[in-house]
Amino acid sequence: MNDIANIEANILDKIKDCTDLKSLEDIRISVLGKKGILTENMKTLAQMEEQQRIETAKKLNILKSHIEEALGLQKNILQERALNEQLNNERIDVTLPIRPEIQGRIHPVSKIYEEVVAIFGALGFEVANGPDIEDQFHNFNALNMPLNHPARQMQDTFYINHDATVPFDMEKAYVVRTHTSGMQIRTMEKKRPPIRIIAPGRTYRSDFDATHTPMFHQVEGLVIDKTTTLAHLKGCLYDFVKAFFELDEIPVRYRPSYFPFTEPSAEMDIGCLKTKTELKIGAGNDWLEILGCGMVHPNVLKAGGIDPDEYQGFAFGVGLDRLAMLKYGIPDLRTFFESDIRWLKNYGFAPLDFSSLTGGLSNNGGQTR
Amino acid sequence: MKLTLSWLKEHLETEANLKTITETLTKIGLEVEGVYNPAEKLKGFITAKAENVRMHPDSDHLHVLTVNTGSEQLQVVCGAPNVKEGLVGIFAPVGTNIPCYNEVLKVGKIRGVESFGMMCSEKELCVGEDHTGIIELSQDTHLGIPAADVLQIDPVIEIAITPNRAECLGVRGVARDLAAAGLGTLKPLQIKKSEVKFESPIKVKVLCPEECPTYVGRYIKNVNNKAQTPKWMKDRLTAIGLRSISPLVDITNYINYDLARPLHVFDADKLKGDIQVRMCHNNEHFVALDEKEYDLDTLSLGICDDEGIQCLGGIMGGLSKGCSEDTKNVFLECALFKPSCIARTGRKFGIESDSRYRYERFVDPKSNILGSDYATHLILEICGGEASDVMIEGHEDAPSMSAYIRPSRMKSFVGMDISAEQIIEILNHLGFETIIEGDRIKAIAPSWRGDIECEQDLIEEVVRMIGLDEIQPISLPHDQFVKQTLHPAEQRIITVKHELASRGMYETVTWSFTSSKLAQAFHKNNQTDIVLIENPISADLDEMRPSILPNLLMGAKNNISHGYNNVSLFEVGPEFYGREPGAELTVATGIRVGLTADKDWTKTSRPFDVFDVKADALSVIAAAKGPYENPQITTDAPSYYHPGRSGTIRLGKNVLGFFGELHPSVSRAFGIKGRVMVFEVYLDNVPLPREASSKVKKKLELSAFQSVTKDLAFVVDKKVSAAAVLSAAKNADRNFITDVRVFDLYEGENLAQDKKSIAISVVFQPSEQTFTDKDIENLMNKVIVTVSKNTGGELRA
Repeated sequence: MNDIANIEANILDKIKDCTDLKSLEDIRISVLGKKGILTENMKTLAQMEEQQRIETAKKLNILKSHIEEALGLQKNILQERALNEQLNNERIDVTLPIRPEIQGRIHPVSKIYEEVVAIFGALGFEVANGPDIEDQFHNFNALNMPLNHPARQMQDTFYINHDATVPFDMEKAYVVRTHTSGMQIRTMEKKRPPIRIIAPGRTYRSDFDATHTPMFHQVEGLVIDKTTTLAHLKGCLYDFVKAFFELDEIPVRYRPSYFPFTEPSAEMDIGCLKTKTELKIGAGNDWLEILGCGMVHPNVLKAGGIDPDEYQGFAFGVGLDRLAMLKYGIPDLRTFFESDIRWLKNYGFAPLDFSSLTGGLSNNGGQTR
Repeated sequence: MKLTLSWLKEHLETEANLKTITETLTKIGLEVEGVYNPAEKLKGFITAKAENVRMHPDSDHLHVLTVNTGSEQLQVVCGAPNVKEGLVGIFAPVGTNIPCYNEVLKVGKIRGVESFGMMCSEKELCVGEDHTGIIELSQDTHLGIPAADVLQIDPVIEIAITPNRAECLGVRGVARDLAAAGLGTLKPLQIKKSEVKFESPIKVKVLCPEECPTYVGRYIKNVNNKAQTPKWMKDRLTAIGLRSISPLVDITNYINYDLARPLHVFDADKLKGDIQVRMCHNNEHFVALDEKEYDLDTLSLGICDDEGIQCLGGIMGGLSKGCSEDTKNVFLECALFKPSCIARTGRKFGIESDSRYRYERFVDPKSNILGSDYATHLILEICGGEASDVMIEGHEDAPSMSAYIRPSRMKSFVGMDISAEQIIEILNHLGFETIIEGDRIKAIAPSWRGDIECEQDLIEEVVRMIGLDEIQPISLPHDQFVKQTLHPAEQRIITVKHELASRGMYETVTWSFTSSKLAQAFHKNNQTDIVLIENPISADLDEMRPSILPNLLMGAKNNISHGYNNVSLFEVGPEFYGREPGAELTVATGIRVGLTADKDWTKTSRPFDVFDVKADALSVIAAAKGPYENPQITTDAPSYYHPGRSGTIRLGKNVLGFFGELHPSVSRAFGIKGRVMVFEVYLDNVPLPREASSKVKKKLELSAFQSVTKDLAFVVDKKVSAAAVLSAAKNADRNFITDVRVFDLYEGENLAQDKKSIAISVVFQPSEQTFTDKDIENLMNKVIVTVSKNTGGELRA
């Protein structure tokens, strides 16, 4: 049976030398196929004597398994080689830039709105909303600002033109709200104390320079119950500015001031450092006015249908745009409303930048791209 | 309101320095807006003596002198005519900044002679007006000491006076408040009564005592209005920004700012007959000092003589009977007018004056005789002359304002314990009379306070004197749990903004105003009310926007002109459809112009098309929790859209929004050349899910059997919509068809001109057992039959 040994050596060499899968398959067929050498040899078994047949069959079976094993091994090698070659040919320049993706932006005013809502939400406030076009009752009269009140002249009010068939009457015309304070009245008309609301929105005054635009944004705050005091006003607003500017401590001071709809009234300043190039909130010897506030005037409570002998509380108003300018260092208010893509890209916020007290108020949206 | 430190000290005896004074003012509610201290500009300037004064060798008016600063002798060239040997003045060494020129002084060479500094005039130091010569100090002045120590320097303080504190529109009111705050004592006001020399030839009659409760008149004869206004008065007026005009005008201005007491002076020789105070007639003509003509009405108050209105009472004098240089005899008016009358007339005719400003706030009703006496005294002193008797119409004894304060309210309203004694002390310091009535205190305000109506007003007085900063802050109790801070309708606005930003759009905020010219194209068919502003800030912001689009188009155009041709902007905000409160909707509007991206190697960039903005609109509706999946799209968008490339998104009759290409004639009107894609979604029209709806998600039912997807192509008329084909296919079998998609659209060769081919993939999902070939064939037939029946489409071979 030298034959078998020869055959084995011969075939195994051939398999080992084989360099492609097609030739390997040819070898398999030439050995194990229907007319392959091994198959042919198997056919001769039938004519053999029993003893010889058993021995030969055993040898042939061993041979077969050796060949199959060798074929399998070589196939793996060749497949891997082919894959490597393919992968090598598929090489690309991964330093090429990615497909263009445009990441949008959220406007700073929207962002500040979300921050303010997050803070006051945590303090138990609800958000109320009202119309931009307002009647003079809600915008002025009910706020203890009758027609001839000097404070009324101080707000450069825009008036809505009457129907063309009637001559214009400034005393009766609708206005675009000069402040969100009218929401105090609209809230009291709908809701009984205890009240804790903030009312953000667009406000309008005829004024135009780097810090005044004919349209701007305010948030009104109102707290009415039986026990809220001036001390609570101070506590609430202090909690707000601390949370808003994300500082552990912030110097604040209150100056007595005047608003017809609050008594006593005050303006709140926060400590800052002003240099020619920067404004740093929370440090330094300068003061920066940030909001107006006060205890709700009894006449306002009455106008809202609430008994001032039983209920009391405070109100405040703060400019959203002003907060944005201070917190994010935006120099000119007019630029807020110019739709300049360069400005929006620079001062705007990432789409996934949501404001919460748990995750931090600002810069939660990853890097802007 | 401006005042100078020396003026304040005329009324206030105080040791306090400027810094303490300004800090206290702000603390008690008189907010200091600015302090202008000329001393700050005088660093480096010192006293020095002129010695060895000789003529400049090369000039007939310049001198050369040796300046002795006490420690140095320096050669200086001086051009002042009053320079003389031994003169002591203010010397500016080289390196000082000359305030008047805001320039640093260098070594000079004047006609060949070197000069190491400069002797200064008042004007050069910004401490006075005199520029005719250099400052001359007294001979015994020490040499080499800072200029600020020897010059009469008067810092100017600017205060913001709130409308309730009218009495502080006079320096005395400010002094009084500072005294009450413990910063010194108020000096008594000593006004000499002038001798009555004759009976006034002009009498006064008040016909409208309601509007003019008090009128005090006095005739002064033989005055000299060419006299010089004294320097002290001129300096103070100049310091607060008033121009010195003539002694008579200066005196009335001075008293207006000193005591917050307006006055008026007529040229008595120009008046015809007696003075009558009455309401004007309709269209009564009046020419005011501002040289403007006014046609008055019956609600305006006039000070009249026989020839008509000579002064619009409390607001502005008339042109024809005012004082001039040659005025010899004057009639002095010191009166009280009803604030609402002054406010209305001033507002109606748009006249601003210092007098109106004070009268419409509050003028001390007990200051008429006093003001008249003060003015008479100053006129006689400065202009000479003799005074008549004093004519008083009406009275000065109207009761002062009063209110009650309960000490217990300090704890329950302010949150701080303040004793009754302390309250009384504070109020008394402020000039209030206090009477204890059981557990409350009655406080009668001094006559100069016009803002005391209720307990809170008194609480404010106590609190501002104690200092707001003394109240210990208390956080709001966490006793109220809010289910949702934002109403769902507000919350979804936030979601919509973030959705659009994540779709690559930039959020902008634009004016609620727009140009009525540009807005014209955007009025919807049913909008009849055009909401114009009566007093717009500019002609191109004169309408409350009926659409956000004009503003976004302007924004796009401006960006394009900056070189940014690919613009994706959106705004969520109000649109206005009527003149009354509530006639507005919140709209999410977007605009896309140019390419999806700048060109790059991957060639992914393409022009924006209608399906980009359709996707935007639908994503807005989805973000707003609206019916995103099966919107009805109709082709009747407003006329500012391209008629063939736009759609309306509907929910029955309810229009949720529009999308599409802007009509080219509209985009061209904005100067934009390319195609403009826009969408508008009316968020207020998108229904909110019912509040009661469960938070539990729909149960996931997974079929055990394989779904089968089959493709079918139909040839339909071009006018048949894809939506019709999809809907027909979907409705062919409600049980087994789970999805239908358009995967190809073909028009052109091999098809009739009015035909198109729409190819759809239909997904069949068995529920109980795997489909047999027969099942699938039946289902496909159902689709073919339904599509054919509903759209006239034929299966494409």
